[in-house]
Amino acid sequence: MKFKNTLSSPHITASPSLTRTMLWVVVALVPGSAFYVAFFGTGLLINMALATLTALASEALMLRLRRRAVLPFITDGSALVTALLLALALPPFAPWWLPVLGTLFAIVVAKHLYGGLGYNPFNPAMVGYAMLLIAFPREMTAWLPPTSLGATTPEFLDLLNYSLFSILPADSTYDSISMATPMDTVKTRVGLGETISDIHLSSPGLFSTVSGTGWDRVNLMFLLGGMWLIYKRVVAWQIPFAMLSTLALMATVFWLIDSEQFSSPWFHLFSGAAMLGAFFIASDPVTAATTPRGRLIYGAGIGALTYIIRNWGGYPDGVAFAVLLMNMAVPTIDYYTQPRVFGEERN
Amino acid sequence: MPRSETGQIVHDGMWGNNPALVQLLGLCPLLAVTNTVVNALGLGLATTITLIASNSIVSLIRQWVRPEIRIPVFVMIIASVVTIIEMTMNAWFHELYLILGIFIPLIVTNCTIIARAEAYASRNHVGLAFADGLFMGLGFTAVLLVLGAMREAIGFGTLFAQANLMFGEQAHWLTITLVEDYRGFLLAILPPGAFIGLGLLIAVKNVIDKRLEEKRKTVVAVPVVDAPAT
Repeated sequence: MKFKNTLSSPHITASPSLTRTMLWVVVALVPGSAFYVAFFGTGLLINMALATLTALASEALMLRLRRRAVLPFITDGSALVTALLLALALPPFAPWWLPVLGTLFAIVVAKHLYGGLGYNPFNPAMVGYAMLLIAFPREMTAWLPPTSLGATTPEFLDLLNYSLFSILPADSTYDSISMATPMDTVKTRVGLGETISDIHLSSPGLFSTVSGTGWDRVNLMFLLGGMWLIYKRVVAWQIPFAMLSTLALMATVFWLIDSEQFSSPWFHLFSGAAMLGAFFIASDPVTAATTPRGRLIYGAGIGALTYIIRNWGGYPDGVAFAVLLMNMAVPTIDYYTQPRVFGEERN
Repeated sequence: MPRSETGQIVHDGMWGNNPALVQLLGLCPLLAVTNTVVNALGLGLATTITLIASNSIVSLIRQWVRPEIRIPVFVMIIASVVTIIEMTMNAWFHELYLILGIFIPLIVTNCTIIARAEAYASRNHVGLAFADGLFMGLGFTAVLLVLGAMREAIGFGTLFAQANLMFGEQAHWLTITLVEDYRGFLLAILPPGAFIGLGLLIAVKNVIDKRLEEKRKTVVAVPVVDAPAT
């Protein structure tokens, strides 16, 4: 190792500020979000804008109510990241109150009622998402088909019209525009007794060789963004590694047992919120485990629960509930995985 | 200002030692049936009657019950009272009875009732025990009602829906529709809504208590400051 132009010690290490860390996370989200927009339309941008505005407004309001300094906390970027992650989890074709309500719940209930940044035991974005999914199952499971399918993907103005005024584009219905995600399709139709190869044959364009059209590349971009965050040491490698390898391992086992009932491991890794969840949601420094061994257990738990909920649960994706369930286990995991202090006896 | 004994009972039951907000007893029915005002009122009144009856009976027989077997005796009394109430509701409020279902027999397991029998009724004469049962029950009912109103308003956009189940057919006018064509907010009706609602109610109570305490302190502080001047 070379130390060019390095003077002798002592050195001052620059500790990354919270704002800069949050900024890196936002930058790492850009490639995935760009591909998302390319494949599923500009609805994401509307959701992001609505969620960001709501997040900043509710953050400022809660800080005032709690008599905290508004400016330093609101510019730390944490509310912005919560808003963006929640917007990425929402369907791109949604009425305006969906991102607004979800963000409001995330910031007010999940973050500030528990004491604000650093004290919240549950990931705020996922609390907001889970609340919406439980309260509005119909709106939360209606996705748009990928644009490459050539179907009726609404334009930006159509989406804005629907978001703000619930006006659908001319001569189209809610059901003709929206459709289930590939993962949801597989789950519903396997439940009806169909085989996976039949499902792939009967819905051309929806599936790619890896997973779903669009979903594969969006997930790939989140993977790249996430790798960059690990390189920047913003994210500890243990959590995404443990989560993705557990998910892949479980998927491989069941896929080898019956590949017509259970999707392939690459389908699971590159579908839904797998990559976004592994690198951006599960790794949230406040709600994740903090010890190195604890992070492995925490990540593995999320991976296993995600697979279980995806296959046998009642909801289309399992990442959000898996993260929330493992958030609950974090204090216990941290307690039992504290590293031995040098000189402390082994037992 | 010192309170009279009955005043203390009223204050404890309705506010200071409220079974739902302070003792956090009987949470199972509290969280399960408060999705509408009518359900909440029905279960609240049934619990109140149970409390009054069990408190009075326990207090009346307190001289003859040996301490070693008091708990089984209390349980038998409460179970008998609840059975009578269950049969009564089945006879006269049959539809409400069907909606409340398992939670009426489950009043037996409501910790508030055995807690009041053990902590209060078995040590006080019957008049006080009766008052304690009445106001503990009313305090419990009040919290059920507020929580039920919150959840019904947010969840369904109505208040007093199905009031006819309790007050008969002429009570349909009681039903208030707050928002026309409300699409419903499922979360408020599901169990998480009950937990969040109860948490918020406890928080509001604590805030009010804190404000009152501060006010009381400032009132007390004034004569102390003025004292040397006179």
